[in-house]
Amino acid sequence: MWSPTKKTSLVAAILLASSVLASAEVKVGQPFPALASFSLEGALPESAGRVVLVDFWATWCAPCRASFPAYSALQRELGGRGFTLVAVSVDKQKGAYDEFLAKFAPAFTTVRDGKQSLVGEVRVPAMPTSYLIDRHGVLRAVHSGFYGDKTMKELRTQIIELLEEKS
Amino acid sequence: MKPPKLIALLLLATLALLSGCTTVQPWERATLADYKMRPDRDPLLTAMMEHIYFSREASSGGRGVGGSGCGCN
Repeated sequence: MWSPTKKTSLVAAILLASSVLASAEVKVGQPFPALASFSLEGALPESAGRVVLVDFWATWCAPCRASFPAYSALQRELGGRGFTLVAVSVDKQKGAYDEFLAKFAPAFTTVRDGKQSLVGEVRVPAMPTSYLIDRHGVLRAVHSGFYGDKTMKELRTQIIELLEEKS
Repeated sequence: MKPPKLIALLLLATLALLSGCTTVQPWERATLADYKMRPDRDPLLTAMMEHIYFSREASSGGRGVGGSGCGCN
């Protein structure tokens, strides 16, 4: 039988370890969480067998707003080849989200993670962050932040590579 | 105090210290990103503070970085 001191030490060590493990992010090479299993507001597009870019954004995030025109152009260019962009807003305020979408009318699908359950699971390192997922649902690249042409050039190259991969 | 007891106490103290700190996650910074959180949101007040600072210290500027607390990118 363990002494109370040993038991206390064990409990403390487990709590310490769990606090470290709880901060794990989704890693490249792992399956990306299924969007449909989270209570997202808005209709999700059919993404089976498609290359998907999941972008986490918010109306209060300036680089996120700056990315919208470029992402719209990307969706228009590559949508017909099997590419789908899903922008997940982490806005808690529905009013700000609706107002923003009415103003900018993006060419890609947007949904709202008002309860922040998906973003809490994925644990994005910065706002915005985009996750590139291949046709099999595996995370292949992560882009933290948005740096204009630099980000778009990298993203476009990676997306085309994934579109051209044999399924 | 016996060493195992001391270790247990140290571990508990570490836990208590860790639980006292929290990180505002990137997706939780809506309030910090609000315009009201900007230290330079009132140009008149900023000008007055600069003037007072200059009068007292004979120097100006270097009062911090611009922008609010979004921490984006």
